[in-house]
Amino acid sequence: MVRSATSLTGNGVRDWLWQRVSAVILAVYTLFILGFIWFTPQLDYVAWFQLFQGIGVKLFTILAALSLLTHAWVGMWTILTDYVKPAYLRLILEVLVIIALFLYFIVAIAIVWSV
Amino acid sequence: MSEAMRTVKFKIYRFNPEVDIKPTMKDYELTIPDKQDMMLLEAILRIKAMDDSLAFRRSCREGVCGSDGMNINGRNGLACVTLLSALKQPIELRPLPGLPVIRDLVVDMKVFFEQYAKVKPYLINDEPPPAKERLQSPAERKKLDGLYECILCACCSTSCPSFWWNPEKFIGPAGLLQAYRFIADSRDTAKVERLEALTDPFSVFRCRGVMNCVDVCPKGLNPTRAIGHIRSELLAEGN
Repeated sequence: MVRSATSLTGNGVRDWLWQRVSAVILAVYTLFILGFIWFTPQLDYVAWFQLFQGIGVKLFTILAALSLLTHAWVGMWTILTDYVKPAYLRLILEVLVIIALFLYFIVAIAIVWSV
Repeated sequence: MSEAMRTVKFKIYRFNPEVDIKPTMKDYELTIPDKQDMMLLEAILRIKAMDDSLAFRRSCREGVCGSDGMNINGRNGLACVTLLSALKQPIELRPLPGLPVIRDLVVDMKVFFEQYAKVKPYLINDEPPPAKERLQSPAERKKLDGLYECILCACCSTSCPSFWWNPEKFIGPAGLLQAYRFIADSRDTAKVERLEALTDPFSVFRCRGVMNCVDVCPKGLNPTRAIGHIRSELLAEGN
Protein backbone atom coordinates (compact mmCIF):
# COMPACT_ATOMS: atom_id res chain seq x y z
CA MET A 1 0.00 0.00 0.00
CA VAL A 2 1.47 3.34 -1.11
CA ARG A 3 0.18 6.31 0.85
CA SER A 4 -0.79 9.41 -1.06
CA ALA A 5 -1.97 12.64 0.52
CA THR A 6 -2.57 14.74 -2.58
CA SER A 7 -4.57 12.49 -4.92
CA LEU A 8 -8.27 13.32 -5.33
CA THR A 9 -9.57 10.74 -2.85
CA GLY A 10 -6.35 9.09 -1.62
CA ASN A 11 -7.74 5.85 -3.01
CA GLY A 12 -6.83 4.46 -6.43
CA VAL A 13 -10.18 2.82 -7.10
CA ARG A 14 -12.16 5.96 -6.27
CA ASP A 15 -9.81 8.25 -8.25
CA TRP A 16 -10.09 5.88 -11.20
CA LEU A 17 -13.88 5.75 -10.92
CA TRP A 18 -14.23 9.53 -10.60
CA GLN A 19 -12.08 10.06 -13.66
CA ARG A 20 -14.24 7.69 -15.70
CA VAL A 21 -17.61 8.98 -14.44
CA SER A 22 -16.52 12.57 -15.13
CA ALA A 23 -15.37 11.51 -18.63
CA VAL A 24 -18.83 10.12 -19.38
CA ILE A 25 -20.52 13.34 -18.17
CA LEU A 26 -18.14 15.43 -20.31
CA ALA A 27 -18.80 13.21 -23.33
CA VAL A 28 -22.58 13.56 -22.92
CA TYR A 29 -22.27 17.34 -22.45
CA THR A 30 -20.09 17.61 -25.57
CA LEU A 31 -22.66 15.65 -27.60
CA PHE A 32 -25.42 17.87 -26.21
CA ILE A 33 -23.63 21.08 -27.29
CA LEU A 34 -22.67 19.59 -30.69
CA GLY A 35 -26.32 18.52 -31.16
CA PHE A 36 -27.46 22.04 -30.33
CA ILE A 37 -25.03 23.53 -32.86
CA TRP A 38 -26.07 20.99 -35.51
CA PHE A 39 -29.83 21.25 -35.08
CA THR A 40 -30.18 25.00 -34.51
CA PRO A 41 -31.14 26.65 -37.84
CA GLN A 42 -29.90 30.15 -36.92
CA LEU A 43 -27.02 29.96 -34.48
CA ASP A 44 -26.76 33.47 -33.08
CA TYR A 45 -26.54 35.24 -29.73
CA VAL A 46 -30.29 34.90 -29.13
CA ALA A 47 -30.18 31.12 -29.66
CA TRP A 48 -27.29 30.69 -27.19
CA PHE A 49 -28.98 33.08 -24.73
CA GLN A 50 -32.24 31.11 -24.86
CA LEU A 51 -30.40 27.80 -24.42
CA PHE A 52 -28.57 28.94 -21.30
CA GLN A 53 -31.65 30.55 -19.75
CA GLY A 54 -33.02 27.11 -18.91
CA ILE A 55 -32.19 26.03 -15.36
CA GLY A 56 -31.55 22.45 -16.61
CA VAL A 57 -28.85 23.62 -19.02
CA LYS A 58 -27.30 25.82 -16.34
CA LEU A 59 -27.08 22.90 -13.91
CA PHE A 60 -25.83 20.54 -16.65
CA THR A 61 -23.12 23.09 -17.56
CA ILE A 62 -22.04 23.44 -13.94
CA LEU A 63 -22.01 19.64 -13.62
CA ALA A 64 -19.81 19.48 -16.75
CA ALA A 65 -17.48 22.16 -15.29
CA LEU A 66 -17.29 20.18 -12.04
CA SER A 67 -16.53 17.03 -14.05
CA LEU A 68 -13.79 18.87 -15.92
CA LEU A 69 -12.34 19.99 -12.59
CA THR A 70 -12.34 16.41 -11.26
CA HIS A 71 -11.08 14.86 -14.48
CA ALA A 72 -8.31 17.43 -14.94
CA TRP A 73 -7.12 17.13 -11.33
CA VAL A 74 -6.81 13.30 -11.47
CA GLY A 75 -4.98 13.60 -14.81
CA MET A 76 -2.69 16.47 -13.78
CA TRP A 77 -1.91 14.79 -10.44
CA THR A 78 -0.92 11.62 -12.32
CA ILE A 79 1.29 13.55 -14.75
CA LEU A 80 2.95 15.55 -11.96
CA THR A 81 3.64 12.48 -9.81
CA ASP A 82 5.08 10.73 -12.87
CA TYR A 83 7.41 13.43 -14.09
CA VAL A 84 8.17 15.90 -11.26
CA LYS A 85 10.30 14.10 -8.73
CA PRO A 86 11.40 16.89 -6.29
CA ALA A 87 8.55 16.94 -3.74
CA TYR A 88 8.60 20.70 -3.06
CA LEU A 89 8.46 21.58 -6.78
CA ARG A 90 5.64 19.07 -7.31
CA LEU A 91 3.69 20.57 -4.42
CA ILE A 92 4.07 24.09 -5.85
CA LEU A 93 2.85 22.91 -9.26
CA GLU A 94 -0.04 20.98 -7.66
CA VAL A 95 -1.14 24.09 -5.78
CA LEU A 96 -0.94 26.16 -9.01
CA VAL A 97 -3.08 23.57 -10.84
CA ILE A 98 -5.63 23.56 -7.99
CA ILE A 99 -5.82 27.39 -8.01
CA ALA A 100 -6.20 27.47 -11.82
CA LEU A 101 -8.92 24.80 -11.81
CA PHE A 102 -10.77 26.51 -8.96
CA LEU A 103 -10.67 29.86 -10.76
CA TYR A 104 -11.93 28.24 -13.99
CA PHE A 105 -14.82 26.76 -12.01
CA ILE A 106 -15.73 30.07 -10.34
CA VAL A 107 -15.59 31.85 -13.72
CA ALA A 108 -17.75 29.11 -15.28
CA ILE A 109 -20.41 29.56 -12.58
CA ALA A 110 -20.27 33.36 -12.94
CA ILE A 111 -20.77 33.13 -16.72
CA VAL A 112 -23.58 30.60 -16.56
CA TRP A 113 -25.44 32.47 -13.80
CA SER A 114 -25.10 35.82 -15.58
CA VAL A 115 -27.34 34.61 -18.41
CA MET B 1 35.95 -26.31 -50.84
CA SER B 2 35.68 -24.23 -47.70
CA GLU B 3 32.27 -23.35 -46.29
CA ALA B 4 30.89 -19.87 -47.10
CA MET B 5 30.97 -17.58 -44.09
CA ARG B 6 29.15 -14.38 -43.14
CA THR B 7 29.82 -11.63 -40.65
CA VAL B 8 27.25 -10.54 -38.09
CA LYS B 9 27.69 -7.06 -36.66
CA PHE B 10 26.92 -6.13 -33.06
CA LYS B 11 26.89 -2.96 -30.99
CA ILE B 12 26.94 -3.84 -27.32
CA TYR B 13 26.47 -1.53 -24.35
CA ARG B 14 29.56 -1.53 -22.19
CA PHE B 15 29.72 0.08 -18.78
CA ASN B 16 31.71 -0.70 -15.70
CA PRO B 17 30.69 1.89 -13.07
CA GLU B 18 33.91 1.25 -11.14
CA VAL B 19 36.14 2.54 -13.94
CA ASP B 20 34.02 4.11 -16.69
CA ILE B 21 32.71 7.67 -16.52
CA LYS B 22 29.90 6.95 -18.96
CA PRO B 23 28.62 4.00 -20.98
CA THR B 24 29.83 3.31 -24.52
CA MET B 25 28.59 1.14 -27.38
CA LYS B 26 31.31 -1.27 -28.48
CA ASP B 27 31.37 -2.84 -31.96
CA TYR B 28 31.84 -6.58 -32.36
CA GLU B 29 31.87 -8.80 -35.42
CA LEU B 30 31.14 -12.48 -35.39
CA THR B 31 31.90 -14.77 -38.31
CA ILE B 32 29.58 -17.73 -38.68
CA PRO B 33 28.83 -20.22 -41.48
CA ASP B 34 26.52 -18.67 -44.06
CA LYS B 35 23.78 -21.24 -43.72
CA GLN B 36 23.93 -21.50 -39.95
CA ASP B 37 21.44 -19.77 -37.69
CA MET B 38 21.59 -19.66 -33.92
CA MET B 39 19.99 -18.07 -30.93
CA LEU B 40 21.29 -14.65 -29.93
CA LEU B 41 22.59 -16.05 -26.63
CA GLU B 42 24.88 -18.46 -28.50
CA ALA B 43 26.26 -15.51 -30.47
CA ILE B 44 26.86 -13.53 -27.26
CA LEU B 45 28.64 -16.53 -25.74
CA ARG B 46 30.93 -16.62 -28.81
CA ILE B 47 31.60 -12.88 -28.42
CA LYS B 48 32.41 -13.54 -24.75
CA ALA B 49 34.92 -16.14 -25.90
CA MET B 50 36.65 -13.34 -27.86
CA ASP B 51 36.26 -10.67 -25.16
CA ASP B 52 35.86 -12.16 -21.71
CA SER B 53 35.33 -8.73 -20.11
CA LEU B 54 31.73 -8.68 -21.42
CA ALA B 55 29.27 -9.29 -18.57
CA PHE B 56 25.77 -10.73 -18.96
CA ARG B 57 23.49 -13.19 -17.18
CA ARG B 58 22.34 -16.53 -18.59
CA SER B 59 21.52 -19.94 -17.29
CA CYS B 60 19.06 -22.43 -18.79
CA ARG B 61 19.42 -21.35 -22.46
CA GLU B 62 15.82 -22.32 -23.23
CA GLY B 63 13.53 -19.50 -22.10
CA VAL B 64 12.73 -20.94 -18.69
CA CYS B 65 15.03 -19.28 -16.16
CA GLY B 66 14.50 -15.70 -17.31
CA SER B 67 18.14 -14.70 -16.70
CA ASP B 68 19.11 -13.30 -20.09
CA GLY B 69 16.48 -10.57 -20.47
CA MET B 70 18.00 -7.65 -22.35
CA ASN B 71 17.12 -4.88 -24.75
CA ILE B 72 17.62 -6.26 -28.26
CA ASN B 73 17.44 -3.70 -31.08
CA GLY B 74 15.30 -1.47 -28.84
CA ARG B 75 12.92 -4.19 -27.67
CA ASN B 76 13.14 -6.23 -24.49
CA GLY B 77 13.46 -9.98 -24.95
CA LEU B 78 15.31 -13.14 -23.98
CA ALA B 79 18.54 -13.69 -25.89
CA CYS B 80 18.17 -17.48 -25.64
CA VAL B 81 14.87 -17.61 -27.56
CA THR B 82 15.64 -14.89 -30.11
CA LEU B 83 16.91 -16.10 -33.48
CA LEU B 84 19.92 -14.26 -34.84
CA SER B 85 18.43 -14.32 -38.35
CA ALA B 86 15.35 -12.40 -37.13
CA LEU B 87 17.43 -9.38 -36.10
CA LYS B 88 18.43 -6.36 -38.15
CA GLN B 89 22.14 -5.54 -38.14
CA PRO B 90 24.04 -4.10 -36.43
CA ILE B 91 22.36 -5.88 -33.53
CA GLU B 92 22.20 -3.41 -30.65
CA LEU B 93 22.26 -4.96 -27.21
CA ARG B 94 21.57 -2.88 -24.13
CA PRO B 95 20.69 -3.72 -20.53
CA LEU B 96 17.01 -3.81 -19.52
CA PRO B 97 15.91 -0.14 -19.33
CA GLY B 98 15.05 1.66 -16.11
CA LEU B 99 17.13 -0.42 -13.70
CA PRO B 100 20.60 0.51 -12.37
CA VAL B 101 23.39 -1.08 -14.38
CA ILE B 102 25.79 -3.22 -12.36
CA ARG B 103 27.97 -3.90 -15.37
CA ASP B 104 27.42 -4.12 -19.16
CA LEU B 105 24.16 -6.08 -19.67
CA VAL B 106 23.75 -6.96 -15.98
CA VAL B 107 21.19 -4.85 -14.10
CA ASP B 108 20.33 -4.55 -10.42
CA MET B 109 16.89 -6.17 -10.11
CA LYS B 110 16.42 -5.35 -6.40
CA VAL B 111 13.49 -2.96 -6.92
CA PHE B 112 11.83 -5.42 -9.33
CA PHE B 113 11.91 -8.21 -6.75
CA GLU B 114 10.84 -5.84 -3.94
CA GLN B 115 7.68 -5.11 -5.93
CA TYR B 116 7.22 -8.83 -6.57
CA ALA B 117 7.53 -9.57 -2.83
CA LYS B 118 4.88 -6.92 -2.04
CA VAL B 119 2.11 -9.00 -3.65
CA LYS B 120 2.91 -11.99 -1.38
CA PRO B 121 3.44 -14.37 -4.29
CA TYR B 122 2.58 -17.53 -2.40
CA LEU B 123 -0.62 -19.36 -1.48
CA ILE B 124 -2.25 -18.13 1.74
CA ASN B 125 -4.79 -20.50 3.22
CA ASP B 126 -5.77 -20.35 6.89
CA GLU B 127 -7.83 -23.53 6.78
CA PRO B 128 -6.27 -26.77 8.11
CA PRO B 129 -4.46 -28.58 5.33
CA PRO B 130 -6.20 -31.72 4.06
CA ALA B 131 -4.45 -35.08 4.33
CA LYS B 132 -3.38 -35.11 0.69
CA GLU B 133 -3.81 -31.86 -1.25
CA ARG B 134 -6.09 -28.86 -1.75
CA LEU B 135 -8.26 -29.76 -4.72
CA GLN B 136 -9.46 -27.55 -7.56
CA SER B 137 -12.04 -28.19 -10.24
CA PRO B 138 -10.72 -28.12 -13.82
CA ALA B 139 -12.58 -24.80 -14.29
CA GLU B 140 -10.91 -23.27 -11.21
CA ARG B 141 -7.52 -24.51 -12.36
CA LYS B 142 -8.10 -23.08 -15.84
CA LYS B 143 -8.32 -19.56 -14.37
CA LEU B 144 -4.59 -19.77 -13.58
CA ASP B 145 -3.60 -20.39 -17.19
CA GLY B 146 -1.76 -17.39 -18.60
CA LEU B 147 -0.77 -16.32 -15.08
CA TYR B 148 1.42 -19.00 -13.54
CA GLU B 149 3.78 -19.29 -16.52
CA CYS B 150 5.66 -16.05 -15.74
CA ILE B 151 9.42 -16.62 -15.40
CA LEU B 152 10.19 -13.19 -13.83
CA CYS B 153 12.60 -12.16 -16.58
CA ALA B 154 11.51 -8.51 -16.02
CA CYS B 155 11.19 -7.83 -19.77
CA CYS B 156 7.65 -6.50 -19.16
CA SER B 157 8.21 -4.29 -16.12
CA THR B 158 11.35 -2.73 -17.61
CA SER B 159 9.51 -1.84 -20.81
CA CYS B 160 6.70 -0.12 -18.88
CA PRO B 161 6.91 3.71 -18.69
CA SER B 162 4.90 3.73 -15.46
CA PHE B 163 7.47 1.40 -13.90
CA TRP B 164 10.30 3.63 -15.15
CA TRP B 165 8.77 6.72 -13.52
CA ASN B 166 7.63 5.07 -10.25
CA PRO B 167 9.59 1.84 -9.69
CA GLU B 168 9.24 2.12 -5.91
CA LYS B 169 5.47 2.71 -5.98
CA PHE B 170 4.00 0.98 -9.02
CA ILE B 171 4.13 -2.80 -8.66
CA GLY B 172 4.62 -3.25 -12.39
CA PRO B 173 3.17 -5.77 -14.83
CA ALA B 174 5.19 -8.79 -13.61
CA GLY B 175 4.22 -8.29 -9.96
CA LEU B 176 0.58 -7.57 -10.83
CA LEU B 177 0.33 -10.68 -13.01
CA GLN B 178 1.43 -12.67 -9.97
CA ALA B 179 -0.91 -10.69 -7.69
CA TYR B 180 -3.83 -11.76 -9.87
CA ARG B 181 -2.51 -15.32 -10.08
CA PHE B 182 -3.20 -15.64 -6.32
CA ILE B 183 -6.34 -13.46 -6.27
CA ALA B 184 -7.79 -15.82 -8.89
CA ASP B 185 -6.70 -18.99 -7.09
CA SER B 186 -9.70 -20.81 -5.56
CA ARG B 187 -7.45 -22.28 -2.85
CA ASP B 188 -6.30 -18.87 -1.57
CA THR B 189 -8.24 -17.41 1.37
CA ALA B 190 -6.56 -13.98 1.48
CA LYS B 191 -8.31 -12.46 -1.54
CA VAL B 192 -9.84 -9.54 0.41
CA GLU B 193 -6.53 -8.66 2.12
CA ARG B 194 -4.68 -8.95 -1.20
CA LEU B 195 -7.15 -6.55 -2.86
CA GLU B 196 -7.07 -4.11 0.06
CA ALA B 197 -3.29 -3.88 -0.27
CA LEU B 198 -3.72 -2.73 -3.89
CA THR B 199 -6.29 0.06 -3.46
CA ASP B 200 -3.88 3.01 -3.36
CA PRO B 201 -3.42 5.28 -6.41
CA PHE B 202 0.00 3.81 -7.34
CA SER B 203 0.25 0.02 -6.90
CA VAL B 204 -2.24 -0.93 -9.65
CA PHE B 205 -3.74 2.30 -10.92
CA ARG B 206 -0.50 3.71 -12.26
CA CYS B 207 -0.98 1.32 -15.18
CA ARG B 208 -2.06 3.51 -18.10
CA GLY B 209 -2.72 0.63 -20.47
CA VAL B 210 0.36 1.24 -22.65
CA MET B 211 0.57 -2.55 -23.19
CA ASN B 212 4.34 -2.65 -23.78
CA CYS B 213 4.28 -5.56 -21.31
CA VAL B 214 2.02 -7.60 -23.59
CA ASP B 215 4.12 -6.69 -26.61
CA VAL B 216 7.43 -7.90 -25.17
CA CYS B 217 6.51 -10.87 -22.93
CA PRO B 218 8.64 -13.81 -24.19
CA LYS B 219 6.05 -16.23 -22.79
CA GLY B 220 3.16 -14.57 -24.62
CA LEU B 221 1.39 -13.57 -21.39
CA ASN B 222 -0.98 -10.64 -20.97
CA PRO B 223 -0.32 -8.62 -17.79
CA THR B 224 -2.62 -5.79 -18.97
CA ARG B 225 -5.57 -8.20 -18.96
CA ALA B 226 -4.63 -9.39 -15.44
CA ILE B 227 -4.45 -5.75 -14.27
CA GLY B 228 -7.93 -5.20 -15.78
CA HIS B 229 -9.21 -8.19 -13.81
CA ILE B 230 -7.67 -6.77 -10.59
CA ARG B 231 -9.45 -3.44 -11.26
CA SER B 232 -12.75 -5.26 -11.78
CA GLU B 233 -12.24 -7.22 -8.56
CA LEU B 234 -11.43 -4.00 -6.67
CA LEU B 235 -14.62 -2.38 -8.00
CA ALA B 236 -16.66 -5.48 -7.19
CA GLU B 237 -15.24 -5.52 -3.65
CA GLY B 238 -16.24 -1.86 -3.32
CA ASN B 239 -12.81 -0.69 -2.20
